[in-house]
Amino acid sequence: MANVAEPIGAPLVRASAWSETIAFVIMAGFFIVAPVFIYPVFLMKALCFALFALAFNLLIGYVGLLSFGHALFFGWAAYVSAHAAKVWHLPPELAILTGTAAAAVLGLVTGALAIRRQGIYFAMITLALAQMMYFFALQVPFTGGEDGIQGVPRGFLFGLFDLSNTMTMYALVVVIFIASFLFVYRIIHSPFGEVLKAIRENENRAISLGYKTERYKLVAFVLSASLAGLAGAVKALVFQLASLTDVHWTMSGEVVLMTLVGGLGTVFGPVVGAFVIGAMQNYLAGFGQWVTVIQGVIFVICVLLFRRGIVGEIAHLLRIRL
Amino acid sequence: MFEIFGIPSQALFGQLLIGLINGSFYALLSLGLAVIFGMLNIINFTHGAQYMLGAFAAYLLLQLTGLGYWPALVIAPILVGLSGIVIERTMLQWLYKLDHLYGLLLTFGIALILEGVFRNYYGSSGQPYQLPPSLSGGQNLGFMFLPNYRAWVVVTSLVVCFGTWFVIEKTRLGANLRAATENPTLVRAFGINVPRMITLTYGFGVGLAALAGVMAAPIYNVSPQMGSDIIIVVFAVVVIGGMGSILGAILTGFGLGVIEGLTKVFFPEASNTVIFVIMAVVLLIRPAGLFGRTA
Repeated sequence: MANVAEPIGAPLVRASAWSETIAFVIMAGFFIVAPVFIYPVFLMKALCFALFALAFNLLIGYVGLLSFGHALFFGWAAYVSAHAAKVWHLPPELAILTGTAAAAVLGLVTGALAIRRQGIYFAMITLALAQMMYFFALQVPFTGGEDGIQGVPRGFLFGLFDLSNTMTMYALVVVIFIASFLFVYRIIHSPFGEVLKAIRENENRAISLGYKTERYKLVAFVLSASLAGLAGAVKALVFQLASLTDVHWTMSGEVVLMTLVGGLGTVFGPVVGAFVIGAMQNYLAGFGQWVTVIQGVIFVICVLLFRRGIVGEIAHLLRIRL
Repeated sequence: MFEIFGIPSQALFGQLLIGLINGSFYALLSLGLAVIFGMLNIINFTHGAQYMLGAFAAYLLLQLTGLGYWPALVIAPILVGLSGIVIERTMLQWLYKLDHLYGLLLTFGIALILEGVFRNYYGSSGQPYQLPPSLSGGQNLGFMFLPNYRAWVVVTSLVVCFGTWFVIEKTRLGANLRAATENPTLVRAFGINVPRMITLTYGFGVGLAALAGVMAAPIYNVSPQMGSDIIIVVFAVVVIGGMGSILGAILTGFGLGVIEGLTKVFFPEASNTVIFVIMAVVLLIRPAGLFGRTA
């Protein structure tokens, strides 16, 4: 679409990255201090969703692809890792890896289908394929149908660390999150990431420059699906549960909302968005269905008035990169 | 009573009829989506919620004012269409210059609001809506029993679909519409009020969704999530058919409804997923969709 006035995603200007380094140090410091005054289970939940949102943002913010089916990878990785830990008795590190690998395979298949169309069709296709796999999860026996897979053992990491201890589990989640965060940061600042941004800005031009854009888009899709799967697999161990909620389209909507609130195409936006929406859900849990309504209102407000999101708005005001 | 492929004819034709009914709704909804997309370049995620609103409008008209099915068939689409016009004027019109994805996100948010509000007041279980007495009963066709109401739904949606196709493809109003889709600036230069045309198109597309909702009310229960259940399937229908052609949207809608109905007879486990599988196959063979123009 050539005549788009305000594209989705980060600007192409490259400023110095000192602001990002400072923000990263603050973020890492927060994760170390936070469990003292915030309930660690909430922190782990928010971190899983932050990782999920990072994965989603990799596609929308840097390739311009809106996936409305990311719950597919999140939820199915949760099922597979829960099954691996509970039924196959795999240690947690292998259970997480199995779940992530399953999400990567699913990402390869759905990605190969979805990138055959552009723009809103891409969003509709991912949504439809995710819905198909939702019905599949409802029917196959191993997912436990409406009950889900409950009582997933957390086990001993590398046979040494007892993850049933909340703080040990928290430490693992933080390590996984920070590693993934740096991985995503590396991707979007690599030559590969620059090509992705070129595709976002003008795909035809990228093609005419000789880039096989389909291949780039597919690799980005598989990376994003795998990271979403990693988030789901970790979530299954943290809550010892994999359920239909994780594969439902509302979950895909939630990750869109988190990223939108935090700031599409910003490095820290998905993290902030996940914590804001997570906190909101926690405080408003007593309001039942009104939470959905409030989420809808936030969507509308963000799209109409607040398209840069929290982090994007701060970065814009201070003229720094975040 | 006879059998086809080992299936009793009653069951086969019964499912075929249910398929045609579902197909009617798919056709009406995907038609509305295609018309809206043509003018506004927005995928209306609220479409399912507006279908639900149509059904609830009929239900509430009966509960609050005692107006039955026939008045509701006219009033509900107008009311919901008007609410669509309000949405377009207050929100959607600010997005036309932005990336199309923002339209999808905004209408998704509106759908969440509508569904959440209704679920808050009416819960997740459905409310029954009585068949209009004039359409109860049915005909025995020898090989199957045909309920009058279902025949009415199929015929009405066929008439509405082809009426819409006729207006858009064969009349002067339709010619203006199609011209405005191709080149709005030039059409405005001819003195045609394109923004008003866009608003009315959105109202009309939304009205179609509400009409489908009213017709669906006596068949399925009136429930808050009836919209989100159907809209994702309709998205798949739209991907299969491609949104370039009105006739394509109608044919794909009915065709997929029938295929889904037949799947229920021969392979019931796959009846929920068959449309998505077909979508995947079509994407492999004809990425632009069956009736889509290749970009």
